[in-house]
Amino acid sequence: MGKIRYNKIQTDGFSFRLVKNKVFYCFVIFMSMIAISPVVFIIIKLVIKGIRQINLNFFIDNAPNTLEAMTAIANGEIIPGGIANGITGSIFMVLLASVMAIPLGVLTGIYLSENQDKVYANIIRNISEILQGVPSIVLGILSYLWIVINITRGFSAFAGSVSLSIMMLPLIIKSTEETLKMIPSTIKEAALSLGVPYHKVIFKVLLPTGLGGLLTGILLAISRVLGETAPLMLTALGSSVINFDVTKPTSAVPLLIWEFYNDPNLLDLVWSSSLFLMGFVLILNIIVKKMANKWVYG
Amino acid sequence: MVNRNINESQLNDYLMTIEMNKAIIDIKNPVLTIKDLSISYEKGKYAVKDVSAGIKKNSITAIMGPSGCGKSTLLRAINRMHELYPSIQTFGKIYLDNEDISAIPSIKLRQKIGMVFQRPNPFPTMSIYDNVIAGYKLNGTRIKKSRKDEIVEKSLSDVVLWDEVKDSLHKRGTFLSGGQQQRLCVARTLAFQPEIILMDEPTSALDPIATAKIEDLLVELKKKYTIILVTHNMTQAARISDLSMFMYLGELIEYGITKSLFTNPVNKKTEEYLTGKFG
Ligand SMILES: Nc1ncnc2c1ncn2[C@@H]1O[C@H](COP(=O)(O)OP(=O)(O)OP(=O)(O)O)[C@@H](O)[C@H]1O
Ligand SMILES: [Mg+2]
Repeated sequence: MGKIRYNKIQTDGFSFRLVKNKVFYCFVIFMSMIAISPVVFIIIKLVIKGIRQINLNFFIDNAPNTLEAMTAIANGEIIPGGIANGITGSIFMVLLASVMAIPLGVLTGIYLSENQDKVYANIIRNISEILQGVPSIVLGILSYLWIVINITRGFSAFAGSVSLSIMMLPLIIKSTEETLKMIPSTIKEAALSLGVPYHKVIFKVLLPTGLGGLLTGILLAISRVLGETAPLMLTALGSSVINFDVTKPTSAVPLLIWEFYNDPNLLDLVWSSSLFLMGFVLILNIIVKKMANKWVYG
Repeated sequence: MVNRNINESQLNDYLMTIEMNKAIIDIKNPVLTIKDLSISYEKGKYAVKDVSAGIKKNSITAIMGPSGCGKSTLLRAINRMHELYPSIQTFGKIYLDNEDISAIPSIKLRQKIGMVFQRPNPFPTMSIYDNVIAGYKLNGTRIKKSRKDEIVEKSLSDVVLWDEVKDSLHKRGTFLSGGQQQRLCVARTLAFQPEIILMDEPTSALDPIATAKIEDLLVELKKKYTIILVTHNMTQAARISDLSMFMYLGELIEYGITKSLFTNPVNKKTEEYLTGKFG
């Protein structure tokens, strides 16, 4: 009697658990779909609204002015011109920022990973972490106070890239440290046991071994700052022409998006510029993923 | 008490210094001499205590002892790899061919005294070829391509790996099996034609077949090189070593011909260890 009852309960419990599993499974799928839906909607929206504007001119022409746009709209044409000044400005400033941030960030990362528990290393590590939490607009203000007022005496590409490089620094420091920490110490010992001096061990063994991780960190930092607008407003300001002079105001894609947004006639360009920026960052991220898979320690 | 040099031809008729329960063989014309060596990581605590010993040329010397008794520390002191720990303190001297090793630049010393580690550690970014000549490459020593080829072939042949990899020299070293990787690591140290090769449990991460291959290799290599081998594997020590050291709590307690140390240990601790009473 008791045995039959027991079996019955067992079966019931089992099927109930099955149902519970199913329900939970569907719930998880549903929630994750909600979670990714903004991304999907954004991409769809950007493509639908922005693809129209993307043609060759979009990449080689400077941003149009209100009048040109208004005429085109009145004639039922697409807005002429492109965002060449923004693309070149973004690339120029990000490159400049990288030139400053990469060596400093990588060297600091090496220092931190080689001196884990030193007091000084801990201080640096904490400062770097705090820096990562500083709002980008504050970094823009800092760069404004240091560079715009004192050094270039005016809005400049240099000031813009300084604020970007300060944003990149903590990301690069962190990723370098984490990557190097992952490399087994036996590899370092192998090199040292061959009589290789310490600095050569770092630069010829550890860095190449962790190259995948290092590059990943650097590219992520780059894709982070590519979309930054706030610090550039206070530093690079923007420009209607292509500029490669570090002392002159310079445009950038996110700055253009902001300008387009503020001009009812140029509103259409917001979509195409955003699409471009998103695509660019997405491609960078895909490259990063591919690289991380390919390298040993990444 | 008694201190007499051994007769090379009849290794069994030797006398040892027996002093306070230590039984240490005297090696005639040692290639390496350790003299009153003490090493401490922390003040007042000695990882290696008062070790004195000579190492016989073209032989395999096994270092045994329970975990934490200072085997690795002693081994690393021989090519000054222990200096990597900044707070370490070393007392006493080590002589390589009567030259104080602390007076030899560490680069030169480590080329004369190579090291093989517990886990195979080929450089993951380098090809098999580059791994063998890594010492030259990383040190920036310029040598001719033909000379490089020669070194690579010779070193890989010496570790019996040449036939297995000669068609894939430019593949990454990390694609090899564990045993092959370990032989590659031996080849890497052979590339410098060192006098001494230090090995810290070189087979403990390998399967029995790969282990047997390395053991055969070591027996072959001792014709040209002097090998000092830390091992936890007593049968391995018994199989391939000529001389054995037994360390306990940082001290070298017994050092003698492997056969007699295994069959007729002088020290009680050695005997207990060998019979598996602790360790
Ligand atoms: N980096 C270090 N810092 C502080 N103490 C250490 C360090 N390395 C080793 N020691 C200490 O030194 C002593 C000897 O260590 P060692 O590694 O030489 O032992 P071992 O005989 O090689 O042991 P095992 O058989 O486990 O490898 C141990 O007591 C250990 O705790
Ligand atoms: Mg050890």
